[in-house]
Amino acid sequence: MAPVLQSSQPWVEKYRPKQVKDVAHQDEVVRVLTNTLETTNCPHMLFYGPPGTGKTTTALAIAHQLFGPELYKSRVLELNASDDRGINVVRTKIKDFAAVAVGSGQRQGGYPYPPYKIIILDEADSMTEDAQACWIIEPLASRCAKFRFKPLSEEIMTSRISYICKEEGLNLDAEALSTLSSISQGDLRRAITYLQGAARLYGSSISSKDLISVAGVIPVEVVEAHFSACRSGDFDVANKEVNNIIAEGYPVSLFLSQLFDLVVEAEDISDEQKARICKHFGEADKCLVDGADEYLQLLNVTSHVMRALCNMPEEFHYDT
Amino acid sequence: MLWVDKYRPKTLDQAIVHQDIAQNLKKLVTEQDCPHLLFYGPSGSGKKTLIIALLRQVFGPGAEKVKVENRTWKVDAGSRTIDLELTTLSSANHVELSPSDVGFQDRYIVQEIIKEMAKNRPIDTKGKRGYKVLVLNEVDKLSREAQHSLRRTMEKYSASCRLILCCNSSSKVTEAIRSRCLNVRINAPTEEEVFNFVIIKVLEFIGKKEGLQLPSGFAARIAEKSNRSLRRAILSFETCRVQQYPFTSNQVIPPMDWEEYVAEIASDIMKEQSPKRLFQVRGKLYELLINCIPPEIVLKRLLYELLKRLDVELKHEICHWAAYYEHRMRLGQKAIFHLEVHEHLQGFPHHDIWMKIRQAPEMP
Repeated sequence: MAPVLQSSQPWVEKYRPKQVKDVAHQDEVVRVLTNTLETTNCPHMLFYGPPGTGKTTTALAIAHQLFGPELYKSRVLELNASDDRGINVVRTKIKDFAAVAVGSGQRQGGYPYPPYKIIILDEADSMTEDAQACWIIEPLASRCAKFRFKPLSEEIMTSRISYICKEEGLNLDAEALSTLSSISQGDLRRAITYLQGAARLYGSSISSKDLISVAGVIPVEVVEAHFSACRSGDFDVANKEVNNIIAEGYPVSLFLSQLFDLVVEAEDISDEQKARICKHFGEADKCLVDGADEYLQLLNVTSHVMRALCNMPEEFHYDT
Repeated sequence: MLWVDKYRPKTLDQAIVHQDIAQNLKKLVTEQDCPHLLFYGPSGSGKKTLIIALLRQVFGPGAEKVKVENRTWKVDAGSRTIDLELTTLSSANHVELSPSDVGFQDRYIVQEIIKEMAKNRPIDTKGKRGYKVLVLNEVDKLSREAQHSLRRTMEKYSASCRLILCCNSSSKVTEAIRSRCLNVRINAPTEEEVFNFVIIKVLEFIGKKEGLQLPSGFAARIAEKSNRSLRRAILSFETCRVQQYPFTSNQVIPPMDWEEYVAEIASDIMKEQSPKRLFQVRGKLYELLINCIPPEIVLKRLLYELLKRLDVELKHEICHWAAYYEHRMRLGQKAIFHLEVHEHLQGFPHHDIWMKIRQAPEMP
C-alpha cells in the first residue's frame, strides 16, 4: 500500500516566496519589477544568474501577481526543459498560445489582469538551438530586458534559514548556520535542501557536522592526507590515497575543487608550481566532464601535483 | 540462487554493513516524508541492497513482488515517431529502470515516460493519496539533455512521485540534480582492518546459515582478495565452496580469469618490447574485448599490474598515458579501444619502444 503523506512538500517549494517583493537579496530586480506590476507594463524579460538565486520564483511570482489564481491557467504558459522543446513545440505550442489575443483587462478582485499573456521559458539555455532560432530570429537575449540575479550574501542566507528553522522548530547554533551558508555557496535552494535532509536524518537539533555529512562535502582531513602524500614524493603512498578516495565514493570533481582551494592557499608553494598544478586541474576537469574514468584522472592529477611539488621535471623522457 | 542474492539483507534492520546509514534511512521514511534520494558509491558497496530494503520499509513486503517487463513506447517527436524499448522492474508502488540503456535517446525516456509515470498518483483503498517511487539506475550515464529534463520533473511532481537515483560517480550528475536530492554516499570502507572485519562477519554469517565449517583465516584470505567489494567476496566464497569442500585453510582462492590474463599481458610487455611482441599483445587484448570485458576496466587493470612492476619515474608517465587514452576512448564514437602501452624499461633508455595498439573491435 502506498504510504499516505500529509506534509510531503519539499521545503524548497513550501517556502518559495509568493510575491515579488519577498524575493530575497535581488533589490534592483525587485524594484524594477514592482514598478512593472504597478503599471502592468511588462517587457520581455530574461533572468540569468547562478542556481538557487530566485529566477524561477520571481517569474512565477510575477505571473501570479498579475493574473491571480483564476486567470493564471489561461494566461500563462509554463515550459521548461522537462517538456520537449524541440523546434516543433516552439513552432506550434508557443505560437498558438501567443497568437490568440485576449481582451483588455479590467481590474477584478485586486488583480490587474493586463491584456497580454505570459510565457515562462524556464531553463531557456537548455533549449535546442533550432528552437531558439525559430522562436525569434535574432538572438533571444537582445530582445529582452535583462535581469541579473546575484548569489545570495551570507546574511540574507542566514536570515532566510533562521526563518525556516523557526517555522519548522529546528535548533541551529551559530556555527551550523555559518557552515550551512558556506557549503551552499550562495545557492539558497541547496541550503534549504541540505537543511531538510539534515532535519530528516538527525531530528530537530542539527550540528555543523551533520550538515557537512548531508551535503557530501569531503572532510578536510581526507584532502589534507592526500596533499601530504603528494608532498612526500612517494608514488605508491599517493596511489594508496587515491584508491582510498575512490573506495570511499567521494566525487572526484568535488575533491579536485577542494584540493584546488588547498593548493591556492598554501603559502609554501611557489607561484610557478601553483600554475603548473592548476593547469592539470583544468585538464582533468574537462576530461571528467567528458566522462573519463575518475580513478585514472585523479591518479594523473596526483602524479602531476607530486612532480610539481617535488620539483621533478615537467616533461617526460619520451613525449609525443 | 546465488548466495549474493540469497543473503541480501531484506530489511534495513538486517543490514550488517552500513548499519548507520540503514538506520538513518529508516528514520527518514518512518517520519513520513521521504525526499528524492541520490545513492552514490563504488560498485559492490551495497547501494542496490539498501534501496531494495528501503522500498520494503516504505511499502511493506509487497515491494518484493516485482515483475520484469520488456516494454516498448512510441514517442512522438514531432516529425517522426521513435520506438523505445526498455526493461522495467515494477511492483504496485515502484518502477525501476535504467534510462541510459536507450543510449542517446534517453532524453525521450525522461521527458515522456518518466513524466507520465510521475504524473499519476496512486490512491490507496481509503482514497487517500500517497506517492510512488521511481528508481533510476546509472544516472551518471544519462546525457546532459536528459539530466536537464529530469530536474523540473523532480520539482513539479514531487508530491506524487519520489525519485531514487543510483550511480557510481556523482561527478557526472549535474549540480542541478544533486541539489534537488538528499545525497547518500555508500562507501566501501577504507580502513583495511575494519573492512576485512566486516567481510569476515558477513562470510561467517553465510557459512553458519549454509552449515559450513570455515577454517580459521580462510574468510580473512577471501576478504583480502576481494578488492574491497563485498559482492566479489561472496561470489568467490561460493566458487570455493563449489571447487572444494570441506575447506582447507590453504585452499587456493581462484582469481578472476580475465585478471590473470591481464597480468600475463603485463609481464609479456615487461619481458620484451618488439613489434612481434606487440602483435601478440594485440591478439590478447582482442581476446579480452571479445569476451565483453569493458575496455576501461582492462586499461585500469593493466595499469595496476604495470604499476607493480615499474620503477618510479615510469609510474608517473604510465599513469599519465592511461588517463590520456582512457579519455580518448570515451570521446571515440564507437568503442574504439585506444590502448597505448608506453613502455620504457629502466636501463635501456635508447630502447624505448612505444607500443601503440589501436583496436577497433566490432561492437555495436
